[in-house]
Amino acid sequence: MGSELSLVLCGAAGQGVQTVEQLMVKALARSGYHVFATKESMSRVRGGNNSTEIRVSSKPVKAFVDRIDVLVPLNGGIRANIWRRLAAETLVLGDREELKDEFEGKPGRFVDVQMLEMARKTGGAVTANTVAAGLLCALFKVDYALLKDLLETRFSAKAEILAKNLLASEKGYAEGLALLEKGDVDLRLPKARKGSRPVVLDGHTAVSLGAMAGGCNFVTAYPMSPGSGVLAFMARNAVRFGIGVEQVEDEIAAVNMALGAWAAGARAMATTSGGGFALMEEGISLAGVTETPLVIHLGQRPGPATGMATRTEQADLELALYAGHGEFPRVLLAPGDAKEAFDLSRLAFDWADRYQVPVFILTDEYLLDSVFEEKGFRVDGKKFSHRFIQAKPGYKRFKITGNGVSPRGVFGYGDGLIRIDSHEHDEAGHIEEDFEMRERMQLKRLLKLKLLEKAALPPKVSGNPDDGNLVLCWGSTGPIVEEAFKRLRQGSLCLVHFSQLYPLNAAVQDLVAKAKRILVVEGNSTGQFARLIRQATGRKADDLLLNFRGHQFSVEEVVYRLESFAKGGQQS
Amino acid sequence: MKPSDFDVDAVDLSWCPGCGNFQILSALKEALSELGLLPRDVVLVSGIGQAAKTPHFMKGHIIQGLHGRALPVATGVKAANPTMTVLAIGGDGDMYGEGGNHLIHAIRRNPNLANLVHNNMVYGLTKGQASPTSPVGLKTPVQVEGVFSEPLNPLALALSQGASFVARTFSGYPDLTREIIKAAILHKGYSLVDIFQPCVSFNKVNTYKWFKENTVILEENPNVHDRGKAMELALASPPYPLGILYEDATDRRTFEDQFQAYRETDEPLWKRSPRFERISAFVEGLRA
Repeated sequence: MGSELSLVLCGAAGQGVQTVEQLMVKALARSGYHVFATKESMSRVRGGNNSTEIRVSSKPVKAFVDRIDVLVPLNGGIRANIWRRLAAETLVLGDREELKDEFEGKPGRFVDVQMLEMARKTGGAVTANTVAAGLLCALFKVDYALLKDLLETRFSAKAEILAKNLLASEKGYAEGLALLEKGDVDLRLPKARKGSRPVVLDGHTAVSLGAMAGGCNFVTAYPMSPGSGVLAFMARNAVRFGIGVEQVEDEIAAVNMALGAWAAGARAMATTSGGGFALMEEGISLAGVTETPLVIHLGQRPGPATGMATRTEQADLELALYAGHGEFPRVLLAPGDAKEAFDLSRLAFDWADRYQVPVFILTDEYLLDSVFEEKGFRVDGKKFSHRFIQAKPGYKRFKITGNGVSPRGVFGYGDGLIRIDSHEHDEAGHIEEDFEMRERMQLKRLLKLKLLEKAALPPKVSGNPDDGNLVLCWGSTGPIVEEAFKRLRQGSLCLVHFSQLYPLNAAVQDLVAKAKRILVVEGNSTGQFARLIRQATGRKADDLLLNFRGHQFSVEEVVYRLESFAKGGQQS
Repeated sequence: MKPSDFDVDAVDLSWCPGCGNFQILSALKEALSELGLLPRDVVLVSGIGQAAKTPHFMKGHIIQGLHGRALPVATGVKAANPTMTVLAIGGDGDMYGEGGNHLIHAIRRNPNLANLVHNNMVYGLTKGQASPTSPVGLKTPVQVEGVFSEPLNPLALALSQGASFVARTFSGYPDLTREIIKAAILHKGYSLVDIFQPCVSFNKVNTYKWFKENTVILEENPNVHDRGKAMELALASPPYPLGILYEDATDRRTFEDQFQAYRETDEPLWKRSPRFERISAFVEGLRA
């Protein structure tokens, strides 16, 4: 095997695939490998067939690959999205008792491992997943003590269940050692990671922790995948971090309650997906006219309407860009990995407070459900401040200022009265129908866009942008395109990844102007970001690589297209 | 404290002459001043409608937000800073129509706020269409053959959902209205005050005279802690009882009482900074 491999576990919902994933990711990371994991699941609580890909590498990895080096099917009913990825070199570690002849005549080398029987003899049939974890740990030469430690942490509350799982894992581990002994299987890789153990976390956790570091102390949501992972994380940790979390009756309540909380000095976030976000639109407009800060986490999934509840897409860019009636400034952030999810969620609160605008964090199911390793996050008060003021008598909430930002008072701090109105209003917040005042107020609000443009985050540029072939991407697609780009090492390609979509950093004008040809890679069916780039720069993309199947791009398919793009080919 | 402490200077009140809103506005100012509250202690949250303009015509912090959405906004304010006295004010269309779902869930949540609903059984701002409480048969520019949907019974609805304070008054009885508003504010938990009010421009059926003839003041209510008895009163057809129909005596916990943010400290959220040390420790705990 080379310096990395792709391990795929699959099984029915409720069979513990995720438990194996979590154990393996930690065990491998602790052993000195670089890891990345991403899962895909059906929208059902039990049954079906879900899979998790764990990439194990001696170099950092952050992207989904099609290639499967090792497949561990915990049960039958393998679906097409797995079959098509099997190759002659794929090693299948499966239990013939469970799988019957399902792998008969399929590509790959099948090694029969009697996981179910081993489970029955130790912890009972339900511990087949733990047998698999033991097996894999042995094959990767992960110290058994490490797995034991992880199991002890995981099942610390239930001694009886822990004992069963320990037995099952020992059995699996012994079987793995026996396979190694026979020389049939060898998954050892060079371990290259140096320095301290990495922080391992998924996108939900990264968004939540970043929001907390940004001062989030109030969370509202109506459950909707994939936005509800953040809701669940916040609820689980609410008391520890001093956060109020409320599952509300609908997304309309979510946005309005968050807005009321901000007005009273809290830092609130609503978390949702496209359908819920659509219901929030009037409230977003309210935040626009009342210049009340607001943060919304929008975890994208395929639409229209219910779409595909547990799948991924990047098709809500324009929804967020144009959400709400009337015209008002806003910010769209789109992190590409856990580090960015943390940093940008923190930044969202700072900017919402500073510029008094709605800030949207656009993630997607792929990013939220993927597990990343990061060096760590700096969490301290250096980047934190409250910008509201003590309101004095005669205070005017909407005072017209040179930069459009009026000092913001909050209820309960100072003697001045804070009057917030959804109508057009005068500086003091009184209903106002004077045409001149209307124009002044609208221009004052729009003035903040100038500040936002100045603050806009620059895109990440890899390669030489002069007179080359520019590849543009945004959000969670970034690391995938980046890996493809690195594999190709084509001097004529330049990769640009955007983690802020609106307003765009002014650097985009120059980048685009210098480019010979432009390819935009994004996860939707019409090229929404390409349209945004054209709107901002006048430059139409020469080519689009789009994906709207419900699953993220693989590195391989991006490599394939970048190759032809670099050679000047076009496939639209 | 004087009611005039809540007066605003030279305001152009946009209500029609003779509108019941004037009497409710006066009663509200009296109630707040008699409770010793200052404008800076009070947050008046409203939606859209003639009644929802009330906060503009008096002193206090205000948020006039979206049609139907006063309750979630008010709940957010109260939960973020429980030291404030919070009122959610609106009309029957605002609170019972557009905001109906929020009403049900605000009752369940039980935030400590007073919900004043000016109920004139018609839409004023949009000029005379039927409201959720319009009587069957009321003819309007839209319901040209007369309303055929049954009117919503807000008191019975609130009682059935477990509201901890339910009352009704009539704008034509300013003393009763003032006392009920005071009781609603003093009550710890969600309190619904349905305020009968004539619309002199668009409702020619439910007039001052009609309300006087079709209501009866509960001089005393010995069963005020009995939800079942309150329900009987709420379901009584004309004459409609006015007064406090129900007040919970079990000291039910409020939304803010149970809000996780206050488990370790009572400090309002605006005074807080993130718990950096705990976040940092949590991040370190995620190391492989």
